[in-house]
Amino acid sequence: MSQALVIVAHGSHLNPGSSAPTYDHADTIRAAGAFDEVRTGFWKEEPSLREVLRTCEADEVYVVPMFISEGYFTEQVIPRELRLDGWDVADWDSDGLSADVATYTAEDTGQTVHYCGPVGTHESMTDVLVRRAESVTNDPDVGEGFGFAVVGHGTERNENSAKAIEYHAERVRDTGRFEEVQALYMDEEPEVDDVTDYFESEDVVVVPLFVSDGFHTQEDIPEDMGLTDDYRDGYDVPAAVDGHRIWYAGAVGTESLMADVVLERAADAGADVRAAIESVRETTRVAPGADD
Amino acid sequence: MLARQFDALLAAADADDGVDFDDLRVARDDDGGYTFATPEHEATNLSESELHAHADGSPYVTDWYFWEREVQRHDSPRRAFLRHAEATDDHDAAARYDALADGMVTEWGQLRIEATLADAGDGVGSADGSRRYDVRHVDDADRAVEELETYDDPLDARELAKHDDDGMYRPLKTGTNMPTGWAFHDLDWRDAVETVETLYPATVANWYRERQGRLDIDHWTDTTDRQTGIYGVVSELPREAVEWVAEAACDDSQCVKRREWQYDEGDELAADGGTGAFPCREPCSLVIAAARKWTKLEEEEPREYTVRLTPSEKEQIEGVIDAVADGRVDEIREADVYEDANRYRTRYLRAKLFDDRGNLGGVATEPEEGHGDHED
Repeated sequence: MSQALVIVAHGSHLNPGSSAPTYDHADTIRAAGAFDEVRTGFWKEEPSLREVLRTCEADEVYVVPMFISEGYFTEQVIPRELRLDGWDVADWDSDGLSADVATYTAEDTGQTVHYCGPVGTHESMTDVLVRRAESVTNDPDVGEGFGFAVVGHGTERNENSAKAIEYHAERVRDTGRFEEVQALYMDEEPEVDDVTDYFESEDVVVVPLFVSDGFHTQEDIPEDMGLTDDYRDGYDVPAAVDGHRIWYAGAVGTESLMADVVLERAADAGADVRAAIESVRETTRVAPGADD
Repeated sequence: MLARQFDALLAAADADDGVDFDDLRVARDDDGGYTFATPEHEATNLSESELHAHADGSPYVTDWYFWEREVQRHDSPRRAFLRHAEATDDHDAAARYDALADGMVTEWGQLRIEATLADAGDGVGSADGSRRYDVRHVDDADRAVEELETYDDPLDARELAKHDDDGMYRPLKTGTNMPTGWAFHDLDWRDAVETVETLYPATVANWYRERQGRLDIDHWTDTTDRQTGIYGVVSELPREAVEWVAEAACDDSQCVKRREWQYDEGDELAADGGTGAFPCREPCSLVIAAARKWTKLEEEEPREYTVRLTPSEKEQIEGVIDAVADGRVDEIREADVYEDANRYRTRYLRAKLFDDRGNLGGVATEPEEGHGDHED
């Protein structure tokens, strides 16, 4: 029986870069060869969530949402659009962070769908955040003398959004690797605007827990932090702000190690991908330089 | 015919049912000899070597091998699509081989897919029946492949088709603005289907379902009724306005899909669904997003404005709207002041008719507030 991986993401009608990380991670996993097919589907692009399952021939499909938190998309939109017969969020038995997998039949294709929790709440996402710090500083041992900020959107509509930020900030803190670790938000306290107020360390790595680079990560956050007055002018990495050096990393979702998180989700759901995980870690293990 | 092809044929002939595919029949008879039958001739009681002699050079044999031993997967969209690309319903293998020598062309939206027979590489034209495919824009039909940017990885199509020829992002993959100047050339059948599916996702799957009479269509009300969150309001768009949505967005001039969804089951829209090769089975996310805006706009009450225009000025405004709606603005020459939407003509109209708040004819959009409606 063949197995497919379908990565589902938001996509955009306006921003051509929105789908790029999803494509990149799909390509990495495809190259690892663990799945007969690796497909991508989008809320705002094509194939749509509504039709993505019919683009794969496999009987057994692992669906991994490229979303940061549990909430509206993972609990309502995706299961509805995929036509998961009998979907009930209670089947995830989640506290807002712990969704792993629930299995359904897709009404229109008859495929068995193992619907996984989002990448953003998986424990291995913490590794990607740390890897992002290594990438942006071009230092595989970064940590000593450095502060680390995880940035989230905030709790405007979804309280689970902040849970994911807190969860990973706590886990990064627990590694003891960085001098200080702080969760910051765009729309609530503590705000990313005041990033330098929250750190003693001269060097601070700032990693937005976002899937793709777009309006927030490329325009709002750099301007809010004072890296630049106008995002169109660009900014330095690191940039000097109030006596600190801010190493702004951009969206964590663009980090190549994210492919590993997607595979971990599928593995937790029962997919036989252990060899692929090793392979993907091998191909994504080098932290690229900040200029890459 | 390659040795492995004859071996496969022999094995199939020896199997219980023999070969009975398209116009080829090969079977082992009760007396131990083989039958070899095509539309051109039939021979019975053949020895293995005689069977080989009949099979060698027969297009029916390599055709059988290509479909039954390479493509396989009966009842799959990709097989049906590939067979569609060489019109197997209409022509037998011999006729198709003649046509494939020159290339058989299928149009799929703005794609031109050309199927040919692969050269066996021995220089004498004894092709093994495998196919090669060229996928490009229909507008590039007459261009030599050397003039085009060539690709061989279907996944490259994702980036290629992301922007139109003017460099603008294409949010709708089936929009009529597929860029030109490229070719996926000399592809095998797998990559050919993958390329088409990357450029136009799910179109092969939905076309196939339609051919089988089991296309699942979600009409306007089906799709809008299931919307939640910020799209929940779309179900409130009046039926009359849904006609305008279809006319605006789902026209052949805007999208290469053929709209099969209606307002509701048994309640057809008057707007023409178009002539696309493959069906549109529900309002797409772009239409739903635009309809959200239109729903909000339709909630406004009309009011009367009194604006004085000369007949030519009224016609010019109509012409400007037409030019924008038809995407012709960039085609209008700078000095062609006979065009309504000419930039200088339009700037003149604005200089004459707008006040310093941007109000047409000096008439405030919201009279009680005395300024324009610029919510953004």
